Amino acid sequence: MDKIPILRMGAFLLVTIQVDLYDRLALNLEADLVQMVNKTSAKGVLIDISAVSIVDSFMGRIIGNIASMSKILDAETVVVGMQPAVAITLIELGLPLKGVHTALDMEKGMNLLKSMIDTSGDDEDDDQSAYDLITE
Amino acid sequence: MRMMTSQPMILSLSKDTIKVSQEQDVVFLKNRVKEVAVRIKMGLVNQTRLLTAASELVRNMMRYGGGGSCLIEVVSSGRNNGVRLTFTDKGPGIPDIASAMKDGFSTGKSLGLGLPGTKRLVNEFDIKSKVGEGTTVTIVKWANG
Repeated sequence: MDKIPILRMGAFLLVTIQVDLYDRLALNLEADLVQMVNKTSAKGVLIDISAVSIVDSFMGRIIGNIASMSKILDAETVVVGMQPAVAITLIELGLPLKGVHTALDMEKGMNLLKSMIDTSGDDEDDDQSAYDLITE
Repeated sequence: MRMMTSQPMILSLSKDTIKVSQEQDVVFLKNRVKEVAVRIKMGLVNQTRLLTAASELVRNMMRYGGGGSCLIEVVSSGRNNGVRLTFTDKGPGIPDIASAMKDGFSTGKSLGLGLPGTKRLVNEFDIKSKVGEGTTVTIVKWANG
């Protein structure tokens, strides 16, 4: 069974999707990711879809679900690296991915996540241990 | 861009039928469709549209029709080459096609974008369904269309 790895980096979770998603894989990713957000108290999720050549309505819904689920677990989601052809197709399909933050590349996505978390909470990105103490 | 090409003759240049009954077949089908699209030099954006449309239709076929088959054809009309896909299942059929073609209508738990969205992505779209007998959906995407 294929599995998409979820990496932890500080308060963020990184997911790089390197294969074309099929339905089961996408559903597993959704479940795994939400579990990981809970387990690691992640504040942000960064999903890189630069290697994904098709996003249909099902995959689009999964991406939207991940963002909404993470949101109610107090984590922001940023999708980065969408191919232009995928953006065209998504809009024509009627799936504007409202409520999902996007950025052109990993670096911009990371900055966006940091800025979102800085403004919504106290500055914890460079002082993780202090943050842990406060929440404990 | 999405005008109906009404040339009288559409010639079929090659044919290939793929049975779809489980999830691995879906991946195989998408790869074959991509190969054919690349062979007729379809542009990247149109390839993506075609593959996304195929992905929607094959999912419908699996979910509602219990699997089926897909005929992949290279077609030509005048100077234009294209890919025609015909999805056939022997599922329960669609009682109300007009509703199924509306945005946001779904009898399943989906967003209801599959059929109307697919229609927007391709050049020609035809659906025939008989309750109790099955559904056939045919789409054409031209290489430059």
